[in-house]
Amino acid sequence: MRNTFRAMAGAAAIAATTLWGAGAQAQETIKVGILHSLSGTMAISETTLKDVMLMLIADQNAKGGLLGKKLEPVVVDPASNWPLFAEKARELISKDKVSVVFGCWTSVSRKSVLPVFEELNSMLFYPVQYEGEESSRNVFYTGAAPNQQAIPAVEYLMSKDGGEAKRWVLLGTDYVYPRTTNKILRAFLNAKGVADADIMEEYTPFGHSDWQTIVANVKKFAGAGKKTAVVSTINGDANVPFYKELGNQGIKASEIPVVAFSVGEEELAGLDTGPLVGHLAAWNYFMSQKSPENDEFIKKWQAFIKNPKRVTNDPMEAHYIGFKMWVQAVEQAGTTDVNAVRQAMYGQKVKNLTGGVAVMNTNHHLSKPVLIGEIQANGQFDTVWSTKGLVVGDAWSDYIPESKKLTADWTYPWVCGNCEKPKYAN
Amino acid sequence: MRSPVIAAIAALLTLVLVLPASLRAETAEELLAALAADGFNEKIAAVERIAASGDDRLVPALDALLAGDLYVRKDDNVPVIGKAQGSTVVLRDALSGSEIGQAPAAELEKIRINNRLRGIARGAIGGLTLFSADPAKRRTAAKAVFAAPQEGLYEVLQRAIERETDADIRSQLEMALAADRLALAAEPAERVAAVAMLAKFATPDIRNLLGSVAQKDADPAVRTAAVDALVDIEKRLALWASVGAVFQGISLGSVLLLAAVGLAITFGVMGVINMAHGELVMLGAYTTFVVQEVFRTRFPGAFDHSLTVAVPLAFLVSGLFGIAIERGIIRHLYGRPLETLLATWGISLILQQMVRSIFGPTNREVGAPSWMSGAFEIAGGLVLTYNRIVIVIFSLAVLAAIAIVMRKTAFGLRMRAVTQNRQMAASMGIRTGRIDALTFGLGSGIAGVAGVALSQIDNVSPNLGQSYIIDSFLVVVFGGVGNLWGTLLGALSLGIVNKFLEPYAGAVLGKIFVLIAVILFIQKRPRGLFALKGRAVEV
Repeated sequence: MRNTFRAMAGAAAIAATTLWGAGAQAQETIKVGILHSLSGTMAISETTLKDVMLMLIADQNAKGGLLGKKLEPVVVDPASNWPLFAEKARELISKDKVSVVFGCWTSVSRKSVLPVFEELNSMLFYPVQYEGEESSRNVFYTGAAPNQQAIPAVEYLMSKDGGEAKRWVLLGTDYVYPRTTNKILRAFLNAKGVADADIMEEYTPFGHSDWQTIVANVKKFAGAGKKTAVVSTINGDANVPFYKELGNQGIKASEIPVVAFSVGEEELAGLDTGPLVGHLAAWNYFMSQKSPENDEFIKKWQAFIKNPKRVTNDPMEAHYIGFKMWVQAVEQAGTTDVNAVRQAMYGQKVKNLTGGVAVMNTNHHLSKPVLIGEIQANGQFDTVWSTKGLVVGDAWSDYIPESKKLTADWTYPWVCGNCEKPKYAN
Repeated sequence: MRSPVIAAIAALLTLVLVLPASLRAETAEELLAALAADGFNEKIAAVERIAASGDDRLVPALDALLAGDLYVRKDDNVPVIGKAQGSTVVLRDALSGSEIGQAPAAELEKIRINNRLRGIARGAIGGLTLFSADPAKRRTAAKAVFAAPQEGLYEVLQRAIERETDADIRSQLEMALAADRLALAAEPAERVAAVAMLAKFATPDIRNLLGSVAQKDADPAVRTAAVDALVDIEKRLALWASVGAVFQGISLGSVLLLAAVGLAITFGVMGVINMAHGELVMLGAYTTFVVQEVFRTRFPGAFDHSLTVAVPLAFLVSGLFGIAIERGIIRHLYGRPLETLLATWGISLILQQMVRSIFGPTNREVGAPSWMSGAFEIAGGLVLTYNRIVIVIFSLAVLAAIAIVMRKTAFGLRMRAVTQNRQMAASMGIRTGRIDALTFGLGSGIAGVAGVALSQIDNVSPNLGQSYIIDSFLVVVFGGVGNLWGTLLGALSLGIVNKFLEPYAGAVLGKIFVLIAVILFIQKRPRGLFALKGRAVEV
C-alpha cells in the first residue's frame, strides 16, 4: 500500500516537473486569505461567505488557476472578536504571505483591520453594505454605500407606490453602522422637508429579544394621522424576535411598511414569513432575480454546499463580483503585486448576477443597481422597484455637510481617499 | 414574449377598458384579464373597477392575488389560480374555481403586487363580501372597508348595517360607514356627524384617522371637532397603554423567570456557578427544532402537538446533559467556585460549537402552533399576543411544578437535606452524590423546558443561551439565592421596571439603569429580596 502510494507520488512529481519545468515552482501557489468569523455571534452570517469563497476558488482552479498557478485558500477564524480580526489579518499578510484577503462583515471589524492593511500595504475586499464615510487605498468595497441602499429605499417609501410615507421610525442596533446611516437619513429627510418631530430614532443592544415595548411605541407613533414607515438597521440575531413581534402584533405591511437593510434571504431562512409578506428590503441582489448568471450561480452554490434548499444573498454576490474582478485585474497586471493589481482594478468590469455589469470606480466603490423587494411567503423577495441603471457608490455622503466637501479618488491628480483638494494640483 | 396577435388584442382591450365604466359594463372575464396588466397603476385601476362592478365572483381571484397565488398563463395571457407543488403548479379557474390541470412553473408568470395594491385589493374584497354568510368574513370586510373607503359603498354599507345581527360586527360597520362619510361626504355637517360617531370608539385606528382629519380636512369646523374628539380618545388610550405596559412587564418577567428558574436550583440551591446554563436552554430549543422536523416529515397533521411532545423531550435531553456535566466535571470542583466558573464557561463554548457543527451556524426555523400565533385585541388598541400569554402561564406552571417537587416529594426532601447539611444528610443514609447529580439534572432539565418556550419568541441559533445567562444570574441574585419565591418576584419586578423605564430611557439606557439599580440594591441587601433564614445555607 505504502509502496503504491510512493510510486504514485513519484509519478505525480515527475509529471509536475515536466509540466512546469522545475519541481520547486510546481508547488508554488497564489494564496488567498479568507478572514470571516466561523464561531461566535457573527458566524451565522460569515460562515456562508467563507464557503462561497472556497467555491469560487475551487471553480477558478478547475478552470486552470491564475497566471499558471493554483489558487490556495488560507482560512482563519477571527471568532467574532474585533481585536482578533487585526491579529489574524497581520498573520495572513506577514506569515502566510497572501496576495489578497476577502473578509470582514461588521464595520467594527473592518475598522479594526484597516490600519494593518494600510501599514503592510495589502488588499482587502469587503463584501457587505455599510455606512460609507470611508475610502482606503487598501480596501475595495464591494457592498453598497448608503446612496446605493438607504437613500433609494427611503425615496421609494416617499413615492406613490411606496405609500407616500410622511413620518419615519429609524430603528437600529446600537453601533457604528446604524448610527451613521441614520445620521445620513435624518439629514436627507430634513432636506426633503420632514420635521424632526416626525422622526423617531431608537437603538437597541445587540441580540435584543424583547421587542414588545418598541413595537407598541411604533404603533403609537404611527397613530398620529400620517402614513408612517419604519427603516430598520437592526443587525444580526435581533431581527428574528423583532419580526416575530411585528407579525404577532398584527402590523401589516400595507399600514406600516418596514424596510430593512440587513435582512436578506439567509436571515429569513429561520423565520415563518407568512405574517411578514409585503415588508421590504433594499439590496443590490435578490436570489429571485432572473438571469442566466444567477441561475448558474445558484445551481453551483447548492451543489457545492450539498443542500438544494440553501439560499443565496447580497454579500455573496459582492464576493462573487469582487473575486472575479480581482482575477481579471491580476490577469491584466500579469502579477499579484498589490500596487499593480490596484491600478488594474480601476474600471474593471464584471457581469453581475442581476443581468447588468458591475464597474469598479476610482473611489474603490462599485456601480450597482438598487433593488427594492417585498418579502414573500416562501422566504424570498419579489422585486417591486429598481433603479433604471447603475448607481455609482458614493464614499462620502452629500447629506452630511462636513463629508460633502470630501472627494475619494485614487487616480491622478487626486490620489486620496478623503481630500478637499487634489494631492497633485498644478 | 407574447404573440403579436395577442398583443394587438391586449391593446384593443386596453383601448376598450379606458372607456368610462359607466358607458359599458365589463364582463367578469374582462375584469379578470385586466389584473394581468403590466404596471402597478394599471392593476390598481383594474381592482378598483372590480370593486365598482360589485361582482363577487371575482373575490377568489382577489384573494389569490393577495396570497401570491394568481398567475398568468404565458400562452393565452389568462389569469389563473395556482398552487405550486415543486416545479409544477396545480391550476384552478379563477372564476369557477374548478381544477383545470397542471402546468410547469416556467409556463406561468406570477402577478406581482405591492403594498399600495394590497391595501386597495383588501378594500375591494371587503366591499364585495359585506353580505357574506360567514361572520368572520363580514368582520374582516368591515375592517377592510374602514381602512380603504371607496366610492359608491355608502348605500351598500347602510344596507349591511340594517341586515347585520351581530352587535360587534354592526359597530365595525358603523365605523366603516363613518369613515366612508368622513372621506367622501361633500357636506361639512355630514363629516362633523361622522367625527362624533367615531369618537364613541377609542381605538388606535380611529385616533389615526381623526389625527389625519384634524390636519387635512378642508373645513375648520370638521378640524375642530376632530381635535376635540382626539383629546378624549387620547385620555382613554393612555389608560390602556399603561395596562399594556404592565402586561409587557409581566411577559418579560415570565421569560426571565423561565430562564432563571433552572438556575435557581443549580446556583440557588446547590451553589454551583454554571456558566453553561444558557447552553442547556439552547439545547432545549434545538430539541424543539428536531421534534418539529420529525412532525413536519412524519405527521404534518399533528403539528400543533409538537410543542407538547417537545417539552418532556427537552427536559430529558438537557437533564441528561446536565447530569453528565455534573458527574464528569463539576463534582470534582465542589467548593472551588473559580474553577467551576472557568470549567463551565469552557463547557458552554464546547456546547455552542458542537451545535454549530451539527446544525450549522444559521438560525433554525421553529414554527408556532396555530394556538400560539396571533393576538387578540382587548380594547383601546391593547393587543395581547397569544404566545406571550401562553409563556406567562407556562412559566408559572413550571415554577409550581418545581415547588411541588421540592416540598412534597421524597426526592425534594433529600435534596433540601443535602443542601442544608451535607454531612448530616450523608450520615442519615442519603447518597449525597446521587442527589447532587439528580438535583443538577433537574435544574438543567428545567433549563431545557425553558428553551422550548424561548424558541417561540427568540431565534434558535447557537448563541441563544448567551443572551439569557447574565439576566438569569441577575434574577437569582436579586431575588435571593436559594429561594424560589424570590426568583418569581425578582423576575417579575425586573421585567416590569424594565418595561416602564424603556419608553423614557430607551432600550439600551433602560437596561443600564436596571443593572445599576440591582447593584445598589445588592449593596444594601447582599442576600437579595428574600434571604434564607437559618443557620446553614453557606456551603
